[in-house]
Amino acid sequence: MTLELELRGITRRFPGVVANDRIDLDVRKGEIHALMGENGAGKSTLMSILYGLLHPDEGEIWVRGERQHFSSPNDAIAAGLGMVFQSFKLFPSLTVAENVVYGREPTRGRRLARASAERQVTELAQRYGLAVDATARVEDLPVGVLQRVEIVKALYREASVLILDEPTAVLTPQESEALFEVLRALARDGRTIIFITHKLKEVMAMSDRVTVLRDGRAVARFVTAQTSPAEITRAMTGRDVTPRVTPPAQPPGEPVLRCRGLRIEGEHGRPVVDDATFEVRAGEIVGIAGVAGNGQAELIEAITGLRSVAAGTVEIAGRDVAGGSVADRRASGLSYIPEDRHAVGTAGAADTAANLALGHHRRPPLLRRGLLQPQAVKEHASTLIDRFQIKVSGPETRVGTLSGGNLQKVVVAREMSHGAPLLIAEQPTRGVDVGAIEFIHAEVTACRDRGGAVLLVSAELSEILSLSGRILIMFEGRIVAELGAAEADEATLGLLMAGASPEMVSRHGR
Amino acid sequence: MDWSGLVDGALFASVVRALIPVLLAAMGGLVCDRAGVFNVALEGLMLIGCFAAVAGSYYSGSALVGVLVAVVCATLLAAVLAYGSVSRKADPIVLGVALNIFAVGVTGFLLVALFDVRGVFQSPEIVGLPRVRIPGLADLPGIGPVLFDLSLLGYLALVLVPVVHVLLFRFPLGLRLRGVGERPQAASTLGVNPTAYQYGAVLASGVLCGLAGAQLALGNVVQFAENMTAGRGWIAVVAVMLARANPLGTLAACVLFGFAEAFGFRLQGNGLPAQITDAAPYVVTLIALLIARRHFSRTVATAATG
Repeated sequence: MTLELELRGITRRFPGVVANDRIDLDVRKGEIHALMGENGAGKSTLMSILYGLLHPDEGEIWVRGERQHFSSPNDAIAAGLGMVFQSFKLFPSLTVAENVVYGREPTRGRRLARASAERQVTELAQRYGLAVDATARVEDLPVGVLQRVEIVKALYREASVLILDEPTAVLTPQESEALFEVLRALARDGRTIIFITHKLKEVMAMSDRVTVLRDGRAVARFVTAQTSPAEITRAMTGRDVTPRVTPPAQPPGEPVLRCRGLRIEGEHGRPVVDDATFEVRAGEIVGIAGVAGNGQAELIEAITGLRSVAAGTVEIAGRDVAGGSVADRRASGLSYIPEDRHAVGTAGAADTAANLALGHHRRPPLLRRGLLQPQAVKEHASTLIDRFQIKVSGPETRVGTLSGGNLQKVVVAREMSHGAPLLIAEQPTRGVDVGAIEFIHAEVTACRDRGGAVLLVSAELSEILSLSGRILIMFEGRIVAELGAAEADEATLGLLMAGASPEMVSRHGR
Repeated sequence: MDWSGLVDGALFASVVRALIPVLLAAMGGLVCDRAGVFNVALEGLMLIGCFAAVAGSYYSGSALVGVLVAVVCATLLAAVLAYGSVSRKADPIVLGVALNIFAVGVTGFLLVALFDVRGVFQSPEIVGLPRVRIPGLADLPGIGPVLFDLSLLGYLALVLVPVVHVLLFRFPLGLRLRGVGERPQAASTLGVNPTAYQYGAVLASGVLCGLAGAQLALGNVVQFAENMTAGRGWIAVVAVMLARANPLGTLAACVLFGFAEAFGFRLQGNGLPAQITDAAPYVVTLIALLIARRHFSRTVATAATG
């Protein structure tokens, strides 16, 4: 049988590393093929080579039995390959139709045939159940729709092989499910799907076959139906990972964070958080579950001092800080792992040492007589790099060059090393690989066991369920329910997050 | 002071005259802006164009040769900007300012070296651009003498506005250029080479600034004076920013500046000190910039993060 796509011995070296080491990959027509691996395993490099953005040092690419030499994405597109990047490659000010036809425009005379472009885009989208408005401006569209635009873009270029790089990283569970439906429809239609991910659940649910990369090599190939999550994880990490979280050793102590009647207003005085009252006690992890956009982000911003509150109090370790600055709150005992590690969590242009020093730089030993001590800053960084196993060449490395998992470790290391009584962890493991997830979870539980109070916000229900002692559910700006760890499961949380009343849920559940 | 007769047909004719060089340069800046290169070198490119046009016309005795030399010289200088900012990824603002300073220096130097004068070079041997009256239309009352008695470059400038508009918004070329300016990486993943489009845009601005310089030095006047562009290139930059790189809006902004210059000149005739009236276009620029400040800071912010 002729393979739709075959890579033979692809090797690509960068200064100091072999990103791809003699990788073989074969993909059959009409299958959904998952490419798995931790961050830095070489997935992105391989895909860039496949799409003509990078050139392999060695190795061959075959498409439908023909040897290919891709010198630019144009060649890959001509060979029937389409790529949906993790960070979308769209033009915000242009319309959906313009984005789709860009570079391959239909013309009438020599002019752009706008109506024809819009018609073609609408037809393509409808055929595969991709709801998009061809005339909408891309900047006005939510992220789930943008991904559909990317898929239509590839289909417009007659892609028979569609490659998706971590397609669900930015999607809500519902959007992910809709995406999977589309991908299945495309596969039934005879198109071939390659999707890159490190989410085991998706691989098990979606793929026909799996190829696992580790340290630049293809270390394992599985037929999904004949393997198990544990087997794939072992291939990915090279060891057994048991996602086991230890329960707290002692009952929770005094409240560290206490919010009463918190109200936060958005545009036009519309409440985005309304009457939020809760506390987080020493030695416990409280999880906040909710579909993105139901007020969690604003609540966290209000607690950390990044947003002002319309009413209510925020107490950290017994002090009301609702009107105080971020510095006040930090001084009262707040540490914070923000959701956006690039824009909020780190300064990309600065080096690792400076990023690790942030917040510590106001006190000795990093600061003496009002002057920063470069030697102390460096030692501080080296200590944390060792303790948190951050993979960087040294304290001078600019953090902008780090992979997602390592960058997150920089943030976690800095915040944990404050030893503050309160930790706010917002999506602490989003987009990081299995090994880093395990590590961060261990750090969060260690913080709890030291007597720290932890408030955890996560879009991953499994994360909320495995870490939290109590779970608050937010819906439309309100805390609509509180569950103990024992009474919570994914189905119950899902219903509450979708706005079902707790009474309804308990009637159904029992 | 007599205020009557401040506004008449002759005023509008001088508005159009003042506006044409600025408009040509602004169209060049607009194309660069759309391609994602913030071109602040319009002033320098235009000044080189002025000098080259005068020199070319003087030595050859032909205005056409003057125009061609102006285009070639300004485009060569634009090529430096393109190479530096596109290929070498230098900051186009720093590079543009440097080119502007270079243009003042090199034209001043060549003025002495070639013509052995300082300040102003005038000669009967410099052939100016003829005005071309369009029979019939030029006799229309009111707009006739204003719009239909221009040099060929004048007509070109006015025709260029709708042409650029249609190219940008109705042709694949324009779509690609706008895409390149907004997200170059996205363009390259679709097989559109951003470098080629950005080079094209910057070189086009060189051609247009060369024409602007030729119009200024062989059309509006027939002479070269040191630093004779006197900020017109900067006004073109501001016009593009004000109009958010929209061709029709840019024309409107240029008309505003042309009006300020012509009106200022007219007021001078009414006894206002020249120092005040000469400042009129720049005062208008300043006010326009203050009003447009928010847009500007946003442009710079996106340029910095993009």
